[in-house]
Amino acid sequence: MSFDVDVTVRRGRAVIGTAFHAGAGSTVLVGPSGAGKTSVLLMIAGLLRPDRGHVRVAGRTLFDDAARIDVAPQHRRVGMVFQEPRLFPHLSVRKNLLYGARDAAALPDIAATLDIAPLLDRWPRTLSGGEARRVAIGRALLSAPDFLLLDEPLSSLDRARHEEATRAIERVRDEVRLPMLIVTHDSVEAERLGQQIIRM
Amino acid sequence: MNDELLTIVRLSLLVGGVATAGTLPVAFALAWLLARGRFPGKILLDGLVHLPLVVPPVVTGWLLLIAFAPAGPLGAALDRWFGTTVLFRWTGAAIAAGIMALPLMVRAIRLSIEAIDQRLEQAARTLGAGPWRTFATITLPLALPGVLAGAMLGFARSLGEFGATITFVSNVPGETQTLPLAIYAALQRPGGEALVWQLAAISVALSLAALIVSELLARRQGRRLHVL
Repeated sequence: MSFDVDVTVRRGRAVIGTAFHAGAGSTVLVGPSGAGKTSVLLMIAGLLRPDRGHVRVAGRTLFDDAARIDVAPQHRRVGMVFQEPRLFPHLSVRKNLLYGARDAAALPDIAATLDIAPLLDRWPRTLSGGEARRVAIGRALLSAPDFLLLDEPLSSLDRARHEEATRAIERVRDEVRLPMLIVTHDSVEAERLGQQIIRM
Repeated sequence: MNDELLTIVRLSLLVGGVATAGTLPVAFALAWLLARGRFPGKILLDGLVHLPLVVPPVVTGWLLLIAFAPAGPLGAALDRWFGTTVLFRWTGAAIAAGIMALPLMVRAIRLSIEAIDQRLEQAARTLGAGPWRTFATITLPLALPGVLAGAMLGFARSLGEFGATITFVSNVPGETQTLPLAIYAALQRPGGEALVWQLAAISVALSLAALIVSELLARRQGRRLHVL
């Protein structure tokens, strides 16, 4: 099983919680804005501490309040693609991609898959939204993660960029074959990208 | 430039440089606490840091004098551990200048730390960087222009320091007589106007240069923080 998640957290007055199991391949977490989908990703990545519950990914326990397990984010081997690209503004695209890289030799392959090879010597501020997003996906992949989390990877892109990014994610899904959890509010996107769909 | 002038300028740069370098780590730590820390008494710490900005400098100098006097708490410790004193020495002038520059440096550095998007630090953590690597490779480089701008501002402030210095370490030519103190001494001396003009011109030029460098660095920070 890829994802075994059961978490709740209090944020202000709202209590955000979800529980699901997902098999191999890509899983889409779909639900309206404000349902707490991003918080769920942050809890799986270790950036937000759940009040209770557990997070197990690919057989490894990352968080379990009963067993007092809380693996630090840098040790979770997560490939996180945030809703905003979050590229480091003071580093070139190449250095962004290699920031967490365990194997720099994988750069050409991943750059080719995501069609970002021509961007390597540019600065993040000169990239378009779609380019920046593909670089962010590449950066996550190069850290050789055990699993991928993608937060609204297709939002606020125009139609052409949207299609470009969708194809990039499909290629990653079909070629890299990592357990993948994608958050979206768009059910059309969910149908296209998800082999399993979980509603929140 | 004659010898007297050269001595004064050299001493001022030494005092300003040492004051800035010595205060910078303290200012950074305080700025970090004030920008990121959550603890009781934060407002009090903020107030204490800003005190030298609003208290009459003479009072600051007098408090330093009491603290570093041979029988004072810091003066006694310095004598016991290092067999030295800072009274009437250039080191004392540097301490006075550093304390007076501290609030300005903390303000500039704090702003630069607050301007850093913490989501970038989260991204670094998911890429395998621990807290220290994240600090060294993301936070510090992004804050650096602001830190340097704060340092230049502190340096400019140190060059102009008068009240606390003259109260604390007096006006000893060649030891504690920095530019403002030398101007003051020259004004008291019949026929000192020519020297005053020269010293004043040097003061203005040095301060202006430091401020311009500070402003350029601050602008650079603005550009760097353009985050997607």
